Amino acid sequence: MSVKVRIPTPLQKMTKNQAEVTCQAATVTQMIDQLEKEYPGFKDRLCEKDGKLRRFVNIYINDEDIRFLQGEKTALKSGDEVSIIPAIAGGV
Amino acid sequence: MSFVKGLRCRECGREYPKEVVYVCEYCFGSLEVTYDYAAIKRVLTKEKILSGPKSLWRYRELLPIDGDPTCGLQSGHTPFFKANNLAKALGVKELYVKDDSVSHPTLSFKDRVVAVALSKAREFGFDTVACASTGNLANAVASHGAIGNFKRYVFIPADLELGKIIGSLVYGAYLIGVEGNYDEVNRLCTEIAAKYQWAFVNINIRPFYAEGSKTYGYEILEQMGWRAPQNIVVPIAGGSLISKIWKAFKEFHDLELIPELKTKVYAAQPQGCSPVVTAIKEKSEVIKPIKPKTIAKSLAIGNPADGYYAMDTVRKTGGWGEEASDQEIIDAIKLLASTEGVFTETAGGVTLAVTKKLIEQGKIPKNESIVVSITGQGLKTQEAVQNHVGGAKVIKPNLAAFEACFHQDQKSEERGQKTEGESKKLSSIL
Repeated sequence: MSVKVRIPTPLQKMTKNQAEVTCQAATVTQMIDQLEKEYPGFKDRLCEKDGKLRRFVNIYINDEDIRFLQGEKTALKSGDEVSIIPAIAGGV
Repeated sequence: MSFVKGLRCRECGREYPKEVVYVCEYCFGSLEVTYDYAAIKRVLTKEKILSGPKSLWRYRELLPIDGDPTCGLQSGHTPFFKANNLAKALGVKELYVKDDSVSHPTLSFKDRVVAVALSKAREFGFDTVACASTGNLANAVASHGAIGNFKRYVFIPADLELGKIIGSLVYGAYLIGVEGNYDEVNRLCTEIAAKYQWAFVNINIRPFYAEGSKTYGYEILEQMGWRAPQNIVVPIAGGSLISKIWKAFKEFHDLELIPELKTKVYAAQPQGCSPVVTAIKEKSEVIKPIKPKTIAKSLAIGNPADGYYAMDTVRKTGGWGEEASDQEIIDAIKLLASTEGVFTETAGGVTLAVTKKLIEQGKIPKNESIVVSITGQGLKTQEAVQNHVGGAKVIKPNLAAFEACFHQDQKSEERGQKTEGESKKLSSIL
């Protein structure tokens, strides 16, 4: 499963300044593990020590928040676009 | 003269210099401005504040700019008053309204955050400002940006109330209506902000911008006579305002500008969008994002970025949270208008409806001081109440027409009272 992953500015230092990388993975968890292999230290930035996503990290697959899907277990299919985005304030 | 030391991650504590950096590069946590409070304490006294401008800039020492303020010079310093009619209606003793529905120039508390954000954007050298907004921020960026001669790009959900759309366009801002909810607008803007060198006030200027909300809290303390209320109810959208009001209260207490601080802070959200209140009521550690469905569009944020800090504030102060249905929001808007003469927008309706509920539940004691946070203007969200306030009696321009109308209404009013009286009698018999 080849997916496109959009890398947020704070993490682009790790991906040699690439804003978008491709990755072979069948689930979000696998995707993070795969990115960790290619860019050591990547997982630590997204996940707590127990492996759960940090609470200010939002991941979207084709514009849908994974928390509305199956979270980190959400399956990926070829051509999916994944965005990693920090939480942002607003409203009232 | 600046008292700002730098920025610190609220999650992991990593420190950053005061730059255009909006999240912790390590853990994505949000960044908070840190100050040299010892130095502030040496210069900031009640007398200094009282002799300052009648605007939010009278608290300039506690705001994150380096030079003199350049934007929002007339903003802040809004009315704060004891609401006796409303107190009577709710059966409480000491109730106050902090009224940002008449904030200058765009009639919401967002004038405060934008005053600070644009003053800071100018210091950083930006010529273009932008925002993702549920409406009020859009209005404020469009207006303040016009005064400050900035280029302005404003992003909103396309289905906002007409008042908020026109209230952005009239200032000549470039307005983009995104087909989606606020969370989707926000996500798009985060990606735009990464690509364009604009000052997105609630994205890359966010740590500075958010500090402007503190002035709402300082004003309450000053206007109460340099003391803190026992209870305050605050609306939650992204969750920033509530934690900044608490920060303001703590700062004034630490600076010994108020003698004691025992305020309980309560969160108000609409029923169709209450991820923070739900977590508070379920005593959960996790805030689950939701897809909003409410007439309170300015609170319709299903994925509140500062939700965790909002929840922390409520918990550590011993407060609580409640939610209000669409009908309760409308009823509360009408209650505030008919008792205190203040027409607030849907967010204010949520706050008052929740205040009423918390009083009825006994969560807020009836004999304690209570502040209701009114953050926006009802004329901007007329759609919410237009079918719930009746209509004008249309008559021919002569006295007979008026009297015919007037007498008929008086009669039906009498009949109404009679019927009510009879049904009461009837129910007591039954």
